[in-house]
Amino acid sequence: MQLITCPWCGPREELEFHYGGQADVRYPDNPQELTDEQWGHFVFFRDNPKGPFAERWVHSAGCRRWFIAIRDTRTHQFLSVHRIGEDQPQIPEATR
Amino acid sequence: MSSTTATAADPPGADLPEHPDFLWHNPEPKRSYDVVIIGGGGHGLATAHYLVRNHGITNVAVLEKGWLAGGNMARNTTLIRSNYLWDASAAIYEHALKLWEGLEDDLGYPILFSQRGVLNLAHTEQDVRDSVRRVEANKLNGIDAEYLGPDDVAKICPILNVSDDIRYPVLGATYQPRAGIAKHDYVAWGFARRADAGGVDLIQDCEVLDFVTEGSVEDGAAEGTARVTGIRTTRGDIACGQVALCAAGHTSTLLDRLGVRTPLQSHPLQALVSELLEPVHPTIVMSNAVHVYVSQAHKGELVMGAGVDSYNGYGQRGAFHIIERQMAAAVELFPIFARAHLLRSWAGIVDVTPDASPIVGRTPYANVLVNSGWGTGGFKVTPGLGWCLAHTIATGELHPLIEPFALDRFVTGALVDEHGAAGVAH
Ligand SMILES: Cc1cc2nc3c(=O)[nH]c(=O)nc-3n(C[C@H](O)[C@H](O)[C@H](O)COP(=O)(O)OP(=O)(O)OC[C@H]3O[C@@H](n4cnc5c(N)ncnc54)[C@H](O)[C@@H]3O)c2cc1C
Ligand SMILES: [Zn+2]
Repeated sequence: MQLITCPWCGPREELEFHYGGQADVRYPDNPQELTDEQWGHFVFFRDNPKGPFAERWVHSAGCRRWFIAIRDTRTHQFLSVHRIGEDQPQIPEATR
Repeated sequence: MSSTTATAADPPGADLPEHPDFLWHNPEPKRSYDVVIIGGGGHGLATAHYLVRNHGITNVAVLEKGWLAGGNMARNTTLIRSNYLWDASAAIYEHALKLWEGLEDDLGYPILFSQRGVLNLAHTEQDVRDSVRRVEANKLNGIDAEYLGPDDVAKICPILNVSDDIRYPVLGATYQPRAGIAKHDYVAWGFARRADAGGVDLIQDCEVLDFVTEGSVEDGAAEGTARVTGIRTTRGDIACGQVALCAAGHTSTLLDRLGVRTPLQSHPLQALVSELLEPVHPTIVMSNAVHVYVSQAHKGELVMGAGVDSYNGYGQRGAFHIIERQMAAAVELFPIFARAHLLRSWAGIVDVTPDASPIVGRTPYANVLVNSGWGTGGFKVTPGLGWCLAHTIATGELHPLIEPFALDRFVTGALVDEHGAAGVAH
């Protein structure tokens, strides 16, 4: 179990949180124009990097708000957390 | 006066197999092979074995970044069963189970395959309906299966708490008598020994870093015209005729290098064992609803697992609260476990797909086959998958049993959705 820093509540135990997968997967702007392949990719395909990953977490047993975390999937370490829409998180180039 | 009498029984352990050092060579990689298999886990080794045994193809290398079968093969809880709901799944897992039943003879090596049966518990009315449906589907596919009420469940596994005053009472269970466990390391060593004897090069400490391609799909080459001509490894470049990707949790990191996207997500999956106990647990018990499954290893440890940790990860460890929940469920179902000590816990990295079924078959590169996405349940398919992949490599025709598991099902919508049947797989 590790401490995860909620951008509103501060550091809390991991079991207060739920995982939401890759961040910034946007609903298509023109859904009716998508090919089957593009739909398949929107619905099912996500990045799976070995290294820093921008992903969504929700502080479900606390303030219940979603946020973005950059986490290193090799170590599970949280590199930074961000309120949604606040500062667009950048994945450090050197660690990619 | 220390001589043993001729009639003395063999001491315990006398029938254990040879130390693995003597079971295969450690060759230097050659500069070129007809077939390169990436990943020296059970799947890669079984594929190599059947390439030799069924097709006489021996100019084969298995490249393993660590030590042979040190990935999920060394970390899994070894449950073997074939009582899956959908026809496509039932067919490949049952093909594998039939091979397991003759594998010790085929390999000439002990694998401690023990068909002690599996109970999949039902805790809700919906579980009961799903279970009965699955049993009927299994029977139609010629797979041994029965639905049992709580009293019959207790006859098979007397230590299971079937009283109705627990949080999720046992309402019944499916039972597959031919299910079982095997000694995972011996299985890998048995395949490795036979593949090595057949001329396959098993190359450890050889990480695949990248590929040399002819016409990259990323640069717009038409599907089926691009090829991989060489493998970049920590031990130099190796030219290849055909490539089979058997890297379990790491498949997408390799396919990323080729610009091929898959819907795979890698997660930690944990397991744990208790101290050694005398035989108390005669079968395998799984519960998807309260999320624990238990068997007792040959030596006596209670072997337990649960579901994957929720987040993506490659760290080969998981969160402690997962273990806590799984132990709470185990103690409620098996009150006599309350005083058992946890000996050790560990995690592997499993690649899961959105429909809980594997992705096996062709890639946009004409000579590259992928085998991935077995998630929490790919040990049991080891011989079956190896058989089908070897067939596909040797004949150039997809084996019919792997055909339903093609990557394009996530576009066509022909999903093999085992979540409903297996929930937690294994
Ligand atoms: C805790 C746990 C419990 C499980 N329980 C069960 C169970 O009860 N029943 C069941 O059926 N299944 C179970 N599984 C799943 C099963 O272990 C896997 O589905 C199966 O082992 C996957 O195939 P494999 O044996 O080839 O994988 P692995 O043994 O993981 O083989 C893949 C190999 O590829 C190597 N590799 C990766 N990247 C590279 C690279 N770049 N270059 C070279 N080599 C590379 C790895 O080192 C590894 O040795 C469990 C898994 C875990 C982790
Ligand atoms: Zn919060």
